[in-house]
Amino acid sequence: MSAVSEKFGAYSTWRRAISPTGNTGDAVFRFLMLLVALLMVGIVLAMVIALASESMLSLRQFGFSFLTSRDWNPVKGEFGALPFLWGTIASSIIALLISVPFSIGIAIFLVEQAPRYIARPVGFLVELLAAIPSVVYGVWGIFVLAPILRNYVEPGLAKWFSWIPLFSGSITGYGLLTGGIILAIMVTPIISAVVRDVLAAVPGSQREAALALGATKWEMIRVVLVNGVPGITGAVILGLGRALGETMAVTMVIGNRPEISLSLFEPSYTIASAIANEFTEATGDLYLSALVELGLILFLVTFVVNGFARLLVWNVTRQTGGVGRAA
Amino acid sequence: MANSDRMRRATSTLMTTLTGLCTLLAVSALLVILFYIAWRGIGSLNIQFLTDRPRPIGEGGGVGNAIVGSLVLLLISAGIGLPLGICVGVYLSEIGRGKLSHAVRFIVDTLTGIPSIVTGVFVYAIMVVPMKHFSALAGGVALALIMIPIVARTTEEMLKLVPHSMREGALALGAPQWRVTLGVVIPAAASGIATGAMLAIARISGETAPLLFTAFGSRFFPESLNQPIASLTVQIYNYAISPYDEWHAQAWAATLVLMTLVLGINIMVRFLTRSRLR
Repeated sequence: MSAVSEKFGAYSTWRRAISPTGNTGDAVFRFLMLLVALLMVGIVLAMVIALASESMLSLRQFGFSFLTSRDWNPVKGEFGALPFLWGTIASSIIALLISVPFSIGIAIFLVEQAPRYIARPVGFLVELLAAIPSVVYGVWGIFVLAPILRNYVEPGLAKWFSWIPLFSGSITGYGLLTGGIILAIMVTPIISAVVRDVLAAVPGSQREAALALGATKWEMIRVVLVNGVPGITGAVILGLGRALGETMAVTMVIGNRPEISLSLFEPSYTIASAIANEFTEATGDLYLSALVELGLILFLVTFVVNGFARLLVWNVTRQTGGVGRAA
Repeated sequence: MANSDRMRRATSTLMTTLTGLCTLLAVSALLVILFYIAWRGIGSLNIQFLTDRPRPIGEGGGVGNAIVGSLVLLLISAGIGLPLGICVGVYLSEIGRGKLSHAVRFIVDTLTGIPSIVTGVFVYAIMVVPMKHFSALAGGVALALIMIPIVARTTEEMLKLVPHSMREGALALGAPQWRVTLGVVIPAAASGIATGAMLAIARISGETAPLLFTAFGSRFFPESLNQPIASLTVQIYNYAISPYDEWHAQAWAATLVLMTLVLGINIMVRFLTRSRLR
């Protein structure tokens, strides 16, 4: 008797979980939506499995040394990811160094200073920067930015600062600096949009309190900024996630040579651009497998970086109901 | 004391001016990029360019096949991505509660952040490898995967804007939840969902990386979904990295076409939603 009612109890719990209303149409509807939602989880799992199984050959062959070897020589069958890791991280850091101060400045201007009739259209124009496709930035980088850097900026830097290793090396216009600048333009709208939401989520009473104590406008803004530190950190990491995975624009201007050099002028190579450039030309299973392993690394890194950023931004904007618009 | 006060005021003025300059620089970067594209692109733009397929150097040719290819890819990806994305949005807003829905939202958000080139590799592994050739279908699926999380999140936000009293009213009249959602909530949010879908389409119409080894590219007009297909973005990339001036000029003109499409959608959405958002 008890077994039966237990079984029945389990059934009704299950039934209730799917459809609290007890309506069959609801049960079907809720089940379908749940199925599609679980499909998302399935896609992410499938990505990990597919990338891991396609890169198995390379994983077995090189193991951990894939990450530490700096030799990338498809002809000899040597594959090491270090130059790509270096290029990816270096270009992203350059991008952040340039774009973070700008993004915070833009966000401050739009939230704290500009009157509404200026903040709205200007904010829209800044967001439009994020709508420009990557390949368009690439075209612009090849034909406009790279020649400017090659002919004017880099010779100047080399002349005055060549004693710093960063500014030595041959000047081609295609290299870390060009890639970093393009990336900076691309992530600025993303970071500034999130910082904007974060600043807008800081309660107005904080501003009033600071001003009431006799703070100047800038001192008041600093109070607001301190309040927004976790969210701003999240925004920066979100920008980092975007910069790490950005492909086309970087591929077109970074020079695509798997070498590790401290120089900002020398060509470099990122994980994403290596995949974009070599995937269709990869001859041999090991070569292809090594490229997929690069993809796996990029996937895992951006997954962790983005997840971390989301947690930070969520915690800040959730209480006030703010929404990360650009993200 | 007075001196430090002056210093404080000066710092304040300096810093607030700097923030204005940051904004000015970002906006001028946008305008410079846009006007430069218009200036370089307009010269090579003509009817033949928009309707012809690529020809060898010196024979002109155009990007007609790439424009058609891009539209085909957009149709495939919208056909797959929109329904799935809207369903996920409905789940997140109307159905999911507790830990599972948090997990799904987290997954959807991180899916947005996955580099599109990785999506390309994934689709290569699950579609191109088993089918043994590049295809328009694979390209469409890759774009759909990028589209789904964007559509899902905007749908969720739009559904959440629908007042609770509307749901309660319909439920009080005895309607089951599925009818409330399909018949009341979604229609109330329809224009918001549509603008979200348009933005997602604008976003994927500029994607290049996931198409490189799924749709691959082609020099001919598309004939079958099962074959490689040209796209505007991949064409721009191939022309831009080529060594020929004539192709460079075509790359600029194609860029102008692409930018008109992408910015056109963005600006249109902006004007449609001006009254509703914020």
